Amino acid sequence: MKTEEGVFARKTWDKSVRALTLVVTVMILIPLFDIIYIVVVNSLPGINLDMFTHLTVTDGILNGIVGSLFLVALSSVIAVFLGLFSGVYLSEFGGRYASVVRFFADVLTGVPSIVVGYFGYIVFVLYLGWGFSALAAAIALTIIMLPYITRTTEFALRKVPAEIKEGSYALGASKATTVSKISLRYAAPGIITGILIGVSISLGETAPLIYTAYFYNYLPNLALIHSPVGYLTWIIWAFINEPLVLAHQQAFVSSLVLMIFVLCLGLGARFLVARWWKS
Amino acid sequence: MRKQRAPEGRGDRAFRLATAIIAASLPVFMIAILVFIFQYSLPAIKFNGLGFFTGTIWNLGNLNSVSTITKNGVQGLPGADFGVLTLLAGTVLSSTIALVIAIPTSIAIALFTSEEAPRSVREPLVALVDLLAGIPSVIYGLWGIIVLVPLMQATVAPGLASIFGFIPFFGGRTSGYGLLTSGIVLALMVTPIISSTVRESFAKTPTDLKEGALALGCTKWEMERRIVLPFSMTTIAGASMLGLGRALGETMAVLMVGGGAQNGLPTNIYSPISTMATAIVTLLDSAFTDPTNLALYSLAEVALVLFLVTLAANMAARIFVSGGITKAFVSRGEA
Repeated sequence: MKTEEGVFARKTWDKSVRALTLVVTVMILIPLFDIIYIVVVNSLPGINLDMFTHLTVTDGILNGIVGSLFLVALSSVIAVFLGLFSGVYLSEFGGRYASVVRFFADVLTGVPSIVVGYFGYIVFVLYLGWGFSALAAAIALTIIMLPYITRTTEFALRKVPAEIKEGSYALGASKATTVSKISLRYAAPGIITGILIGVSISLGETAPLIYTAYFYNYLPNLALIHSPVGYLTWIIWAFINEPLVLAHQQAFVSSLVLMIFVLCLGLGARFLVARWWKS
Repeated sequence: MRKQRAPEGRGDRAFRLATAIIAASLPVFMIAILVFIFQYSLPAIKFNGLGFFTGTIWNLGNLNSVSTITKNGVQGLPGADFGVLTLLAGTVLSSTIALVIAIPTSIAIALFTSEEAPRSVREPLVALVDLLAGIPSVIYGLWGIIVLVPLMQATVAPGLASIFGFIPFFGGRTSGYGLLTSGIVLALMVTPIISSTVRESFAKTPTDLKEGALALGCTKWEMERRIVLPFSMTTIAGASMLGLGRALGETMAVLMVGGGAQNGLPTNIYSPISTMATAIVTLLDSAFTDPTNLALYSLAEVALVLFLVTLAANMAARIFVSGGITKAFVSRGEA
């Protein structure tokens, strides 16, 4: 190692590692750009007014877009309500119970989404007799979003400086008032980020919906039970395996719409986080 | 902590109780999933016995039969035979291939984005890699069908087979759909998860240790090998377990590129596969036709096994990475 060649060899190793890690990082980004490229290029021929205004029975994906938004809106209402209060509990009140809840939140995050889907099928579709329905699907999505929203809410609330809360207590405010009027507002960007991530995850889910919402070729009739709902991810999965060019176009345009939704939510989350860190 | 707390007013106690009750929703959902799936699979557990884990066949039995057979007090169709081994093999093997690719890849990415790359490009690179994590799995499946499957069939698999064909399981022909294709797609999906967790751990390496190594004349790579990598060994193990948990339970992407094979173990790395997750989707339609419902119960048993396997992976991850899987995901959004 003391000779000139030793130094040369060590420097060569060093440079090789730098080159290798660079190549690997670039290689992982190729699929990312290729996915975006493939989706955009293949959906271009299918982009027309009919595609966005007609149903999947004919030559559009309108019921998929409406159905996806319907399911996600429904599940978000439930998941945000449960997640926000659960997160408040975890951040404001510690103790053994809180660590139990945290543990289950972690375990719940790891449950495969198809298992959540089969659970929804057994319990809501069969036992409760709801049939394929929006509510069964929304609860399945809630189970998937809930741990994220809970934990991000907890993390965001924990970052609220103690002085701000103490100021509120010193003025005689109760804990409930302090949380709702002071802490939640201060932590809002972080909480909204968690909600956006949760929404983006559930928009992209397929497995929990297949046997809860099933699929529907017409617009959802907004009934909560006894009527299946169509959604974008089903169109992508099912229509790409059909031989017709039109079916492929419906699948690709659905992918494009979904990607745009997901990217916007992701960028929105990133933007909020950046602003949050600055302030 | 408890001693310092001010006496709680009546409003505050109500507030604490209300939020505590709502927070119970997480354990309740979790336990409900376990209990209902277990309870629903009980007839199958009785009927299939231990043969469930050694059987490679998924056979509903004679659907035209007017009579049923009874085994351990549970009714099934004559000839009914449910085995999970094929699915278990597909699940474990595809996830193993995914990790074999994803772990070194993730370490390289984490090294590059935390140590090697110029500071100005680190953050944009991290953001791009994180974008991969946000792509819905059904779109990975779509890309797999359109791009990867033809590529595997025409180029990669014949190339691998001709160069490494002498190694067992590397020879053979492929339709493009199968084990290796699934493994590659899964690797793409778990790499952002593993690399972001590992990168954060790299970033926590004490600066004085790193600077000390450099001051002693180490090259950057020597500093990384002796300081940064050893410092993060447990995190790398934990992050890999997180990735494993994700890969084991992944459904749509594998469903679309796996090729589907319920009744035979893979014979080489190009064989078509089904995993436990994909089988729940593909076998449910046929399960409806079983008048004894045993096929539905057996699928619940598959779901139960899948649940327990992923739970084991995530518990292992928890041991290595404090805060566990949610922390890894959440902090990615905050990075």
